[in-house]
Amino acid sequence: MPEGRAEHYPGPIHQPPVKAGTVHDGQAVDALHAHHPKLQHHFDAMEQQAEASTLGMWVFLVTEIMFFGGLFMAYLVYRSASPAAFQEGSAHLSIGWGAFNTAVLIFSSLTMAMAVRSAQIGRPAKTQVGWLLATMALGATFLGVKVIEYSDKFRHHIVPGPFFDASQWEHPAGVEMFYSLYFCMTGLHALHMIVGIGIMTVIAIMAWRNQFDADYYTPVEVSGLYWHFVDIVWIFLFPLLYLIGRHYHG
Amino acid sequence: MSEHVAPPSLYVSVFLALMAGTALTVFVAFYDLGFLNNVVMLTIACIKALLVILFFMHVRWSTRLTWLVVASGFFWLLIMFSITMSDYLTRGWIAGSLR
Amino acid sequence: METLNYLNDGHGLASWLLTKDHKRIALLYLGSITAFFAIGGFFAMLVRLELLTPAGDLLASETYNKMFTMHGVVMVFFFLIPSIPATLGNFLIPIMIGAKDLAFPRINLLSWYIYMLGGIFTMVAALSGGVDTGWTFYTPYSTAAANSHVITAALGVFITGFSSILTGLNFIVTIHRMRAPGLTWFRLPLFVWAHYATSLIMILGTPVIAITVLMVAAERVLHLGIFDPALGGDPVLFQHLFWFYSHPAVYIMILPAMGVISEIVQAFSRKNIFGYSFIAFSSLAIAVIGFLVWGHHLFVAGQSVYAGMLFSILSFMVAIPSAIKVFNWTATMYKGSVWLQSPMLYAIGFVGLFTIGGLTGLFLAAMGLDIHVHDTYFVVAHFHYIMVGGAIMGYLGGLHYWWPKITGKMYPEPWAKLAAAIVFVGFNLTFFPQFVAGYLGMPRRYHAYPPEFQVWNVLSSAGASILAVGYVLPLIYLIHSLFYGARAATDPWGAKGLEWEIPSPPPTENFEITPIITHGTHQYEPSKEVGIA
Repeated sequence: MPEGRAEHYPGPIHQPPVKAGTVHDGQAVDALHAHHPKLQHHFDAMEQQAEASTLGMWVFLVTEIMFFGGLFMAYLVYRSASPAAFQEGSAHLSIGWGAFNTAVLIFSSLTMAMAVRSAQIGRPAKTQVGWLLATMALGATFLGVKVIEYSDKFRHHIVPGPFFDASQWEHPAGVEMFYSLYFCMTGLHALHMIVGIGIMTVIAIMAWRNQFDADYYTPVEVSGLYWHFVDIVWIFLFPLLYLIGRHYHG
Repeated sequence: MSEHVAPPSLYVSVFLALMAGTALTVFVAFYDLGFLNNVVMLTIACIKALLVILFFMHVRWSTRLTWLVVASGFFWLLIMFSITMSDYLTRGWIAGSLR
Repeated sequence: METLNYLNDGHGLASWLLTKDHKRIALLYLGSITAFFAIGGFFAMLVRLELLTPAGDLLASETYNKMFTMHGVVMVFFFLIPSIPATLGNFLIPIMIGAKDLAFPRINLLSWYIYMLGGIFTMVAALSGGVDTGWTFYTPYSTAAANSHVITAALGVFITGFSSILTGLNFIVTIHRMRAPGLTWFRLPLFVWAHYATSLIMILGTPVIAITVLMVAAERVLHLGIFDPALGGDPVLFQHLFWFYSHPAVYIMILPAMGVISEIVQAFSRKNIFGYSFIAFSSLAIAVIGFLVWGHHLFVAGQSVYAGMLFSILSFMVAIPSAIKVFNWTATMYKGSVWLQSPMLYAIGFVGLFTIGGLTGLFLAAMGLDIHVHDTYFVVAHFHYIMVGGAIMGYLGGLHYWWPKITGKMYPEPWAKLAAAIVFVGFNLTFFPQFVAGYLGMPRRYHAYPPEFQVWNVLSSAGASILAVGYVLPLIYLIHSLFYGARAATDPWGAKGLEWEIPSPPPTENFEITPIITHGTHQYEPSKEVGIA
């Protein structure tokens, strides 16, 4: 039966006044009273906050590995089932554009690493922003090339679905499967690039407003991790999609 | 978070190595090495990824926990690949199987 | 005069909807999860009503298919997976490790909004006509043939998956980086270990189902036919990818409940847990081995027999860490000072019902036997024993155990005992007949069945109505206790743990000063009667 509202529920067992297991220190050991303006209240120190943020981004990147991994799994299964069709489909991709895009992304990883470094050592805002803008420009270049490549596919009726022209191919079913995977994988990658450029925009604005210094550059570092990850995905996509059957078809 | 500040020369070296790896991958693709084509291509890709992870992403100077997190991600991917492929690669082993 | 605590620290809708306090976010989740449980239960009610008679007379077959599909989708993704982690986990983990909040409070709030958005998508799918593919969305039906709202439902699942990912991410970083000084891994409560293992699964598994449902949507909308047999696609690949997540997902559902049981069993046996490190390691083992067994869902799908053998032996192995836990809980109670309050009733019920569910899993892991019982009610009974007899009992037990801490009020214990008994009786009456019906050959996902199965179905539906009463009762008396319950003490159960050292309900910042831990947080006094040191 519920007791009256104001009464305390009688505990069943007398507890000793000090509970075994914890000792409450009379000295305050948690929040430093003179703290960095960017220290969030639930953290004790900037270093703890930064470590938590980078660990958090790495855990997120693991989810991204598994996310792209599903597509790579499908690729693995179907390429081993229809190697000839995959070679045929791959040969029609432009190795020039693919290699160029790979170089562009690798270069953008360099500029991103320099951007993080410039924040880490407290370079002036315009240096930081410069490196970030370079990264964004290279990312935009990559996306521009993808637009060129995609529209080429549309024009030649290589896009899977009702407009796919099967007559051009020796292995139409397998080639259509190859291009289904091509569009899914590069499309998902391109989406991540777009998000990455969006993130860079926000970071660049923050950098322009002098928000980063040697004690607090975690957002730049964490965005850099994301950007490098997107680069790594492409490092695998390029040979797997573009370089399958070159020695057969040239 | 790494306190370690890498010199620009290190980043540029990594960049050049990545470009060289790309060129090598493209070059090798035009020669018929049988199954070695795939081996070479994947090895180069893995080395490039490793360079990006270790140096651009600072894992070289990060805590062991970070190493563990990165390694587990790729390891889990391998689990998915290998066990799934164990199905596809063994389907033809019994005559009269369902496929 | 009420002291300042997290419940009265800030009033108004905005202070709740824009909160960063993990405790308030836990309550936001509690409300929505309860609502989704009711929705999922509604669909179950229609299923059980239809199955009262052998003929398909209540619902058309397509409608029936939509009912069991929506029941599964809602219960799995919107109730079972978030239930304990998002409510009890969110509330307790920072407190149990001596922290002020999770590592990323805003991401915590975001995860709730994402969860609600996914829920809205799924409800829109339900209200615009529903999905009839089964919660498993198998291709090629889901990609090519289904006329129902597959994309909307798939997107709902996709979106909610991110809520799960963000929760797991938050927990992992929090447990690694925000433990109080002196709180080493092996001094952590087993509830925290259980949630750590759960979070590993959330991180590593959920993205795979995310990309898989996206591929299904892509095939329907963009004709990128990755599972399309006409292009050489393999529908079994869908099943591989789907179950790569969905099997570990069942461990997402059960591990937190096991964590709850570890806590309750200790508190209500007045004993330290037997084999602490074994339970901690077995949580990790379940998480890891759980990723290696998914193919036991594909035994009759056309998967290679050799792969089937591998999955079969691994499925047997995954039972071992669970069995270790059951043994250790039992050993904890042995010669303990057992106090049969309602949380303990749920915990003991869990141990028994989970054991039955787990043992029947071993039946299913044997390929030869699975051929006969696959897609029968035997499977349905098996997973309901674990999900309902296990996970939901764990959830209810935990809700009761920590209710005084969360709300500062005590619920009426006699009613709670009655509800626990009704749940236990109703549950067994609902699901034990399903083992029989399934073993005798009744297939699942059919709205009509041969008359010889009717008696089992009638028993099952009768049990379901009793079970429903058992679930409605706590809803009533727990809400009643918010207004009329007795004020709870800091430690009404006499239990150990950091959460029992702060006021009920806790202040917003949890701890005034960070505790320094000098030994394990759950040291119960030795039992003097038996003279054990």
